[in-house]
Amino acid sequence: MLNQLIKQAAADVAAPSRRGFLKGAGGALVLGAMLPRTGFASEAAAPKVVGPADPRPQAFIRIAADDTVTVLVKHLDKGQGIMTGLTTIVAEELDADWAQMRGAFAPADGALYANHFFGIQGTGGSTAVANSWDELRMAGAAARAMLVATAAARWSVPASSVTVEKGVVRHAASNRSARFGELAEDAAKLPVPQNVALKDAKDYTLIGNPSLHRLDHVSKTDGTAIFAMDIRRPGQVTAVMARSPRFGGTVKSVDAAAAKQVPGVLEVLTVPRGVAVVAKNTWAAMKGREALTVEWDDAKAEMRGTDEMLADYRKLADQPGNVATDTGDAAKALAGAAKVVEAEFVFPYLAHAPMEPLNATVELTPDGGCTIWAGSQFQGVEQKVVAAMLGCKPEQVVINTVWAGGSFGRRATTDADYIAEAVSIAKAYGKAPVHLVWTREDDIHGGRYRPLFLHKVKAGLDASGKLVAWRQKIVGQSFMEGTPFEAVMVKNGVDATSVEGSSDMAYAVPNLYVDLQSPASPVTTLWWRSVGHTHTAYAKEVMIDELAAAAGKDPVAFRLEMLKDHPRLLGVLKLAAEKAGWGQPLPKGKGRGIAVHESFSSFVAHVAEVSVDDKGRITIDRVVCAVDCGQVVNPNIVEAQISGGTGWAIGHALRDEITLTGGLVDQSNFDTYQPLRNSEMPPVEVHILPSSARPTGVGEPGVPTAAPAVANAVFAATGKRLHHLPFTRSGMV
Amino acid sequence: MIRLNINGQDRDVDVPGDMPLLWVLRDELNLTGTKFGCGIAQCGACTVHMDGTPIRACQTPAESAAGTKITTIEGVSGKAAEAVQAAWQKLDVVQCGYCQSGQIMSAVALLTDNRNPTDDDIDAAMDGNVCRCATYPRIRAAIKDAAKAMGA
Repeated sequence: MLNQLIKQAAADVAAPSRRGFLKGAGGALVLGAMLPRTGFASEAAAPKVVGPADPRPQAFIRIAADDTVTVLVKHLDKGQGIMTGLTTIVAEELDADWAQMRGAFAPADGALYANHFFGIQGTGGSTAVANSWDELRMAGAAARAMLVATAAARWSVPASSVTVEKGVVRHAASNRSARFGELAEDAAKLPVPQNVALKDAKDYTLIGNPSLHRLDHVSKTDGTAIFAMDIRRPGQVTAVMARSPRFGGTVKSVDAAAAKQVPGVLEVLTVPRGVAVVAKNTWAAMKGREALTVEWDDAKAEMRGTDEMLADYRKLADQPGNVATDTGDAAKALAGAAKVVEAEFVFPYLAHAPMEPLNATVELTPDGGCTIWAGSQFQGVEQKVVAAMLGCKPEQVVINTVWAGGSFGRRATTDADYIAEAVSIAKAYGKAPVHLVWTREDDIHGGRYRPLFLHKVKAGLDASGKLVAWRQKIVGQSFMEGTPFEAVMVKNGVDATSVEGSSDMAYAVPNLYVDLQSPASPVTTLWWRSVGHTHTAYAKEVMIDELAAAAGKDPVAFRLEMLKDHPRLLGVLKLAAEKAGWGQPLPKGKGRGIAVHESFSSFVAHVAEVSVDDKGRITIDRVVCAVDCGQVVNPNIVEAQISGGTGWAIGHALRDEITLTGGLVDQSNFDTYQPLRNSEMPPVEVHILPSSARPTGVGEPGVPTAAPAVANAVFAATGKRLHHLPFTRSGMV
Repeated sequence: MIRLNINGQDRDVDVPGDMPLLWVLRDELNLTGTKFGCGIAQCGACTVHMDGTPIRACQTPAESAAGTKITTIEGVSGKAAEAVQAAWQKLDVVQCGYCQSGQIMSAVALLTDNRNPTDDDIDAAMDGNVCRCATYPRIRAAIKDAAKAMGA
């Protein structure tokens, strides 16, 4: 669905009133995003400008007397390299020298820094480059024009005779030159030109250049990069929190006597989300929490285990759901099909578990507001939520965004989650800046999981092996219902993020039916790197593979036939197959599998080669990937994101799941929720399709196809289908 | 009071003896380059050197570090450290970067002892260091690049 928002915005520049961030009652947030959901752009439609049509260099560019150019980056860099990517876009149009470029996180200011796809300041949906592409090119070009005009006036020469190259402004005829730093102060006094010419892609020297280093490549290798965890304010205290072990539980009673005896513990505070132990340092806070006795009220808590939940989902799947897509007559076509293939897919709850556990520092300010340091991903939400908590204006909530040690979706929440928690403790404590630290156990127990999903798919082939019918029943929690996003994302009971990738599948199926049921639970859920595509692409691509087998057709040939109207999907499918040596024989016990998918307006295909031993142990020998993300800003980062997304996907598919027993989470740390390790990471070859299309994201699109490609390879090697994730649930080890 | 030797300097810290070295470094000495990731020695984000050997600071009580020489990312130096950090930068290994102090400390220890590590050696030395961004292929490549640079 975010995908659709991108398409919509790319095609249709909404008037500001339509794009605005609407205020609801009681400080509630409403995303006034790009409506309606119909009439999305085709791939070929000529896009208009995304964001304001006037250049705003003053919002994004700072040129200092020392000649450094700092780009204010409105998106959170949580590893995806956006600080580097967005700085590159400005540097290109500015004709700067890469060595003079710096990046800094923009302050929280929705008027200047809203994400044009969301209407508020925030990062997600792999939107950052797509969102900033026009805005930053225009800003860079305008700043360049202002520097040129300043030099031309100073030298009394026509602006048209002044050139810029690698940060030097020059008038060749008179052999005069000036650095940006010498011109910046005067240039800033000029009016911003409203119409600026943007470079032709063929003239790019920085965009698409594989030799540019990431801006954080030094500070993240010598320990100097500052993450939220590293913030140290004068007088700062540390808090850890005891939260209900069951989702939906609340505090019944607290015995803090023993906790208060722990050396270093300063105070024990009951706050809306639990009980906070405030201490001089992290260790004392943790010890204090261990000594705490809290009785919880489970009256409204989830008491089921995941086995019971899944059993309930299976019953629901037999009932009619809310219709997401109904084209043709799938029931009739299935009844008349020559061959019918059926499968039930199960996808577990999954935690994001970013390397840096959630944490934030909050300092109350004398004006009744506060200053926050965090790896903030939804500044626009956080400002509003915190302002409502403190009874101040959103602009009195100052957010200092710092490097985030991963997120994968976890830091972007519609209720400000851990940041609101930190504010609640700072407010209750009142005496000093508070650094709230989650432990890894808090993180694994802390919900906001990729929802548990059940898919039941039934598809039919005609006598010639052509796919004629597809009926898919999807059951899983909605993380949009009850949030400010609901109005845009949930229509007729269908949460678009639960069915994206299924209901809009690219394969030509004349009779397609997809429905959804979104049972509620106190277990909290959230988008997780590539959102709905984490499960829909898997079900689709494994099912298509089964259908190809049933039709007696090659999995690549079968897909090619059904994607004739999707040139970019065809492009990556063909490239991945070719680079992987598709069709070349493999020894017994080895297999090759393929998957292809569009997500977030980017196109990816994976081919995996696996070995499976007689115990069912999977070794992934090789992964080949093709990606089409439009114009590439930084190929080095695209490669890293697609490779990293591949590792992310297969690591979880192999063995990870969050399960509940009697409402209690069974996993607690990296010993029981086991991350992929170095020795398990296969070699990943990433091939990028050259493209002049508008750039789209790569943070998430590397994820959806990796696991189904591996599953299809396991089938090729063993004849076994992996329908229940993780693979350990399908008999693999 | 516990006397620790951190990056060549003696530092007296007034902490309980069971406080993990990780929190002494981060909260008492403001050496925040060493990271907290799991607290149970499962992720390696807190890797430092104790007398040259990589250890997990989150499971090392402060009192057990007394009388040893502790090196953190802020103080690591020498031929292997220079080669490893240069290779990490050359290959743009980092993504979120949070685990990379620990990765680098493990890689430096590996290359200090073994100038020509095989893939199996790299697996053995590096599997205790988790990277959720899965920068593993570049970590492996950077270790090999550093080894080459050290041999040159």
